[in-house]
Amino acid sequence: MLSIQNLHANIDGKEILRGINLDVKPGEIHAIMGPNGAGKSTLASVLAGRADYEVTEGSVTFWGKDLLALAPEERAGEGLFLSFQYPVEIPGLSTTNFIKSAVNEVRKYRGQDALDAVSFLKLMKEKMALMNMDQVLLSRSLNEGFSGGEKKRNEIFQMAMLEPKLAILDETDSGLDIDAIRIVANGVNKLRNSENAVLAITHYQRLLDYIVPDFVHVLYQGRIVKSGTKELAYELEEKGYDFIKNEINIEEQV
Amino acid sequence: MKTELEINPTNTQIELDPSLEEVVSGEYKYGFTTNIEADEAPKGLNENIIRFISAKKNEPEWMLEWRLKAYQQWLKMKEPNWGNLQYPPIDFQDIIYYSAPKQKITIDSLDDIDPELKRTFDKLGISLDEQKRLSGVAVDAVIDSVSIATTFKKELAEQGIIFCSISEAIQEHPELVRQYLSSVVPVTDNYFTALNSAVFTDGSFCYIPKGVRCPMELSTYFRINAENTGQFERTLIVAEAGSYVSYLEGCTAPIRDENQLHAAVVEIVALDDAEVKYSTVQNWYPGDKDGKGGIYNFVTKRGICKGNNSKISWTQVETGSAITWKYPSVILKGDNSVGEFYSVAVTNNYQQADTGTKMMHIGKNTKSRIVSKGISAGFSQNSYRGLVQVAKQASNARNFSQCDSMLLGDKCGAHTFPYIEVKNSTAQVEHEATTSKIGEDQLFYCNQRGIDTETAVALIINGFAKEVMNQLPMEFAVEAQKLLAISLEGSVG
Ligand SMILES: Nc1ncnc2c1ncn2[C@@H]1O[C@H](COP(=O)(O)OP(=O)(O)OP(=O)(O)O)[C@@H](O)[C@H]1O
Ligand SMILES: [Mg+2]
Repeated sequence: MLSIQNLHANIDGKEILRGINLDVKPGEIHAIMGPNGAGKSTLASVLAGRADYEVTEGSVTFWGKDLLALAPEERAGEGLFLSFQYPVEIPGLSTTNFIKSAVNEVRKYRGQDALDAVSFLKLMKEKMALMNMDQVLLSRSLNEGFSGGEKKRNEIFQMAMLEPKLAILDETDSGLDIDAIRIVANGVNKLRNSENAVLAITHYQRLLDYIVPDFVHVLYQGRIVKSGTKELAYELEEKGYDFIKNEINIEEQV
Repeated sequence: MKTELEINPTNTQIELDPSLEEVVSGEYKYGFTTNIEADEAPKGLNENIIRFISAKKNEPEWMLEWRLKAYQQWLKMKEPNWGNLQYPPIDFQDIIYYSAPKQKITIDSLDDIDPELKRTFDKLGISLDEQKRLSGVAVDAVIDSVSIATTFKKELAEQGIIFCSISEAIQEHPELVRQYLSSVVPVTDNYFTALNSAVFTDGSFCYIPKGVRCPMELSTYFRINAENTGQFERTLIVAEAGSYVSYLEGCTAPIRDENQLHAAVVEIVALDDAEVKYSTVQNWYPGDKDGKGGIYNFVTKRGICKGNNSKISWTQVETGSAITWKYPSVILKGDNSVGEFYSVAVTNNYQQADTGTKMMHIGKNTKSRIVSKGISAGFSQNSYRGLVQVAKQASNARNFSQCDSMLLGDKCGAHTFPYIEVKNSTAQVEHEATTSKIGEDQLFYCNQRGIDTETAVALIINGFAKEVMNQLPMEFAVEAQKLLAISLEGSVG
């Protein structure tokens, strides 16, 4: 469903992504790991369509469409979802209202009628149960004063409401307590089917115990330098990134 | 103690998504004119014009005397220039002071209204018939200078409530008008109140008898239609002991290249235990993108909590006018009385607003609350100006003020001028102010969830203004929300 080819992207003239290649098929889970500053969030942002980044080379197709030609809201309409590493706050806008707008805007994009109040409430109830989501949180202003963990829970709840085809989870596990990780991972697993896929950015192998990846990729200095199965995550946990850095340095010297 | 404080936000550059620039520019939706034959006075102002107006309205001698005296005083006064506003001098001789739609005004039967006029109301979304049937809101509509129709009169009369045009009140209830007119806003309060007193042509009058809770929202719609006319309406609300009323005014005007003057006076009197809630949705024509045309809105609104335990609450949503100069105020005379001011002021393009409130604490244990939300976009200037005054004898006065500004873009300005004068040491006065911007992060977050930028701006703005919007009567809150969004269309980018 997603095919990234030789993707290069700059910010403020500085090249951050330096030739990414990645293929994601329906039903798959891909984990992306890599040291701080490697470009993981940048990749997520470029896929979601953030305007600050300039794509200088390469292409991205999503279900056959040229993803890079679409506006961010159109990408959402096509079924791309990004769980933000740092979700933003919007004072005064209730979380429920925000989600309602999101759900109905996406429906509009797909040519579906807006959900009426009753159907929307029903959907909310259903997903709240699935995600163990607290009603009180949803009536508060969007992310305002939410704890780090609550923000991440809210991201995943929105994912559940929007049922995307591709969910990019940018360090959704950071800031979650051990129970919350399990709840969030369970939620993600319950939403999985053969039609959708997950791209999970994480620093910790622990998340991958729950959301078991088909592939693990290591992003380093704007490139995917190593790909493997979930065993690669264990190896990284054990050895750190040094061994990969060394491998690369040796390659570059050659 | 007197403090003056100006908070000028630094000019931080925000660069927004280039796609935002494609957001279509908003156009004034109420800018149509109506072809109604009008009965007009010649341009200019002198004693004869005032006599003409008074005669047209068949006024008693005392009213004419009152007007002429106001005019003499106005001649000696100077236009105020302390507002943070810039506009060319107004030529008061180039204005038509009286314009009435030429038709028989039958107040009880809506069927006799000129069909053109009825269509105007329809376009405004206030079909009188509809209003009457569906919403249960009583409406008084003032076009140019004259009140056209008052719905629900009979139903209200059964409870002893008087809701009619001020002209009619002068004829039918002269004793009430004489007792209260200019009892809250003296004729010489300022240049524009003196002018208004001399030339006001209509407005609404509302009287709620003792112990009566007005069963419906009372509403007045003002519209300037004729060219070169000024609108000077006068509203007087009297709430007797233990009564309650919620009152709403709305206003629109056609698109004209010339600036038009609107100088209204609103007075509210609340006696013991009475409560008056006054809401305004002000949407006068703001001028075009380049600042051409638009209404000059110089308004004096003041209420007095005359009785103990009384309450006056002003709520305003100000989106229109080229210039807004307006400070709805409350004199807290009765002990334990409460004054509130909730305001959202939106300025876009070249609009300028200098608006706020005065809370004058005189009685004991009086409380006031000020919530002001200013939203500036384009090249506009938006100022909050507020005065909290605590008199010597006003023990235990409390005030809380919250003034928040939001900037869309980097060419507009937001300013806060809070003045505090406290003469009693038991007073507690709190002032908080913030300035924020719609962040690129917030917009991208919304975009990522499928929400386009224009809708995102509306959501964020309505969130920002929520505390004030929540004060509006339900029927109007939705309309006001849309209005905020429309006013800011094309402003981000
Ligand atoms: N506006 C900018 N100007 C210059 N460099 C930037 C800018 N924004 C991001 N960067 C740089 O881009 C690089 C990649 O950042 P990115 O956020 O993608 O890293 P990451 O892999 O997600 O890291 P982390 O694990 O810490 O979240 C970093 O070196 C960062 O400092
Ligand atoms: Mg990151």
